[in-house]
Order: sequence, then C-alpha cells, then structure tokens
Amino acid sequence: MSIRHGLLALLEHGPRYGSQLRTEFESRTGSTWPLNVGQVYTTLGRLERDGLVSQGGADGAGHPLYAITDAGRAELRTWFERPVDRSSPARDELAIKLAMAVGAPGVDIREVIQAQRRHTVKAMQDYTRLKAQALTALEDGGPRERDDVAWLLVLEQLIFQTEAEARWLDHCESRLIRLSATAPAAPATAHPAAPATASEPGAGAGVRRGPGAGVGAGDGGGGSGGAAGGGAEGRGR
Amino acid sequence: MSTPLAAQPVLRLQKLTRVHGSGATEVHALRGIDLDVHPGELVAVMGPSGSGKSTLLTIAGGLDSPTSGQVVVEGTDITTAGAKELAALRRRSIGYVFQDYNLIPALTAAENVALPRELDGTSARKARGEALAALEEMGLGHLADRFPDEMSGGQQQRVAIARALVGDRRLVLADEPTGALDSETGESVLALLRTRCDAGAAGVLVTHEPRFAAWADRVVFLRDGAIVDQTVRSEADSLLTGRVAEA
Repeated sequence: MSIRHGLLALLEHGPRYGSQLRTEFESRTGSTWPLNVGQVYTTLGRLERDGLVSQGGADGAGHPLYAITDAGRAELRTWFERPVDRSSPARDELAIKLAMAVGAPGVDIREVIQAQRRHTVKAMQDYTRLKAQALTALEDGGPRERDDVAWLLVLEQLIFQTEAEARWLDHCESRLIRLSATAPAAPATAHPAAPATASEPGAGAGVRRGPGAGVGAGDGGGGSGGAAGGGAEGRGR
Repeated sequence: MSTPLAAQPVLRLQKLTRVHGSGATEVHALRGIDLDVHPGELVAVMGPSGSGKSTLLTIAGGLDSPTSGQVVVEGTDITTAGAKELAALRRRSIGYVFQDYNLIPALTAAENVALPRELDGTSARKARGEALAALEEMGLGHLADRFPDEMSGGQQQRVAIARALVGDRRLVLADEPTGALDSETGESVLALLRTRCDAGAAGVLVTHEPRFAAWADRVVFLRDGAIVDQTVRSEADSLLTGRVAEA
C-alpha cells in the first residue's frame, strides 16, 4: 500500500494537516487499512524531504498545514499512469501453506483447504453486507458521495480478491482429487495428504512432481495469476 | 444475529437421505442432511458438482422424495403428505426460481406471477391484484404488462422471484438463479432475493459462485451428499470498521 501517494492525492485537493489526512484517507478506504497519525507525520516528513510537499502556514486552530508541490503533482501523475507491479507477487501465506501441506505428515490438505474456504467465504459474506450498505448509502445520495464511491470500489476489490481465492481453493481440491485418482497405485499416493517417503520412488516422484507442479502454478494463481483471473472475470461477465 | 430467529423454521430437513439405484450401481446422493431455514434467513448451499446440491433442493421442494428422513415445510411433513396435499402445499408455500427463469412465454409478467394464485383457486381479479402488488413491492411494476421475450434475463429472473413469493408464500428455493446472467445482473437478482429474505421470507440458494453465495446469512458446504461445514453469521456491528480486514 502506498501511503505516500495516497497522501499526495489527498493534498492535491488543497492544503491539509496531518490528522485531517488520516481521516480523509480512512473515509475513502473505509478504514480497511487503518493509519495511525504517527505514520502520517512520518510520511509527510519524507515527502517534505523529497520536495514533494511543503509545510506552510496553519489553520485557524494552529494545525500546521502541508501543501503539494509541483514535483509532488508530477510524482502523483506518474503514479496514476504507472500500473501497479504484479510481476513480482507479494509473498502469499496461503499459497505457501498449501505448498507446505502437500505431503506434510499428519496433515489432511483437504481439511486445510476447507478451513480456509470457510474463512474466506465468511469474509466475503461480511464484505458483501458492507457492500449492500454502501450501495444503499449511495442510492440515498449522501453528502459524501465521493467517499462512498471510493469505499465501494475498495470493498468490491476485497470481494473479487476473496472470490479468486475461494475459486482457487476449489480448484486445488479438485486438482488434488484428480491427481490422487490418476496417481500410480502406490499406497502413499492414494491420498494426497499421505506422507511421501524416499523409500518409495513412485510415491516420492508422484508427490514431488505432481502436486509440486500444481503448487508452482498455484503460487502464481494466488498472487498475480489469481488477481488477474479475478479481474478478467469481473470484466468478462 | 444475536436476536433469536422465529422459533419455527419455514423449512426443516431431518436425517435426509436419497439413494439412487440399488445394488452395485447404488449412489448415495444425500447422506443424513439436517438443515433448518428460518424466516428472514437466506442459506446458500455450495459444493462441487455431484455433491447433492440440486437433489437437496428438489427434495426440499417436494419434487422428489427422499429415501428416508423428513422434509417439514411450514410445519407439515411433506414426505408423508398425500399427493393432493403435497400439490396444494407446493402451490401455497413453496416458490421456485430456476436458472432458466421458466416463465410462461404466452403470459405477461403480471399473468405469470398471478398464475400460482389462480391455480390455487384465487379469483382472477384478486390474483392479478396480488401479482401487481408483488411486482410493485419489488420495484418491477413497470414490467407488469411485458411478455417474457420483451424482458432481459435479469428482469425475467426478478419476475420469477416475484412469482415464487406471491401471496403469502415465504419459502423460495433457487437453483443457480444467476447461472444464465452476467455478473452485474446476477448481483441485482441476489440483492432482490436478499431484500425478500430481509422482509421475512426464507430462502435456499444453490450456487457454485462464491460471490453470490456471499449474499447469504449462512453458507453450507456439501460434499458427497453430506454437510461438511458451514459459516456462521457475524455480529453486524463487528464489521463496520477495518477490523474485518484484519481478521
């Protein structure tokens, strides 16, 4: 998350003081990524050091005000124009967990998947209820319409992201079932969660190559591939 | 929700099993399903194909009989009801919404919605009044005199929801109702189903789309004919801030 650019974008609407920026940032993003005021001031300090904002004057209550500079505007425009990098996906704990669950002794990977699916779908239900509220607020045409629209977009991003994850989990499960159905008839491969032992070459290769390859694809699926899949789907339907 | 739902479920499935075939070709489509759906509640049933989702819905609606177990709709066990009683119960208490809308092409929206009431013996005039009221209440009044082929898929599906819940019926069983719709239209159909449940109906939604299941109060996961897991609804107030994102 780029707090730097978020603050620059808010400052483009006019000079603001620190806690005001924090409030505005949160009302745009529905406090999905809460900021503390310390983070705001640290970031403002760095922006000032880099010549992207300047401090000048104070409001009626004596709060020091920050304003965006021309260099700051240029930086902001570049940020809006440049796509967010998806070619080096952030570490995804779930993808790592499933990768580790393949062949982990005493771990039923289908249970890992189901526990995650329940949690993920639950999060989607929560986001969806918030979204229904946001839609109602928009229909009622409140005074903070710009914030409501921004919040709706953020919520829908969370919904699409969790949806991509839920679909990926479904896919992992059916993939594992398919692989275990077609695996060589060695006992250790009969179940995907069965521990792989080096003494069983067939099983070892099956576990390492089969699901291992699946996890490689899955890693991308959880990160860039999954996000792209969700996005494409959103546009497609 | 912390407020207790009305004591009597609209739909209660108890120890429901369904076996297709026998002997070597025996298939256990449902294995001991227990499920209550209360007024005001929308329950989504998710699961891979072949997990028994649609079988569950057809049995819940009295379109198929279970091998064993009970299906209680509005207090009546439909598995022991006679054919006539069952037909009446299906007309009066249960509404269906299918993937392909199933409106009758030769009838207008209002006539489609009025049909189940007329079949149930309500006068044509009264049935039409009820149909118009149902359409109006769902914001579909302007569609009343259109024929199905003059409406979009989303509009037809919304009319189908009106038909499912016309009169005092309050159980709606929806089998992949968004299957033939684009994402945004599917969402508006779900939003309508949601508001009908908020207004007191009980809904069961079969879907394989997590984004649509997410409109439900409860999501039930079906595997090989059994409920293996379900989500529990959050307290409404706990998710108004960033705490959701931290979960």
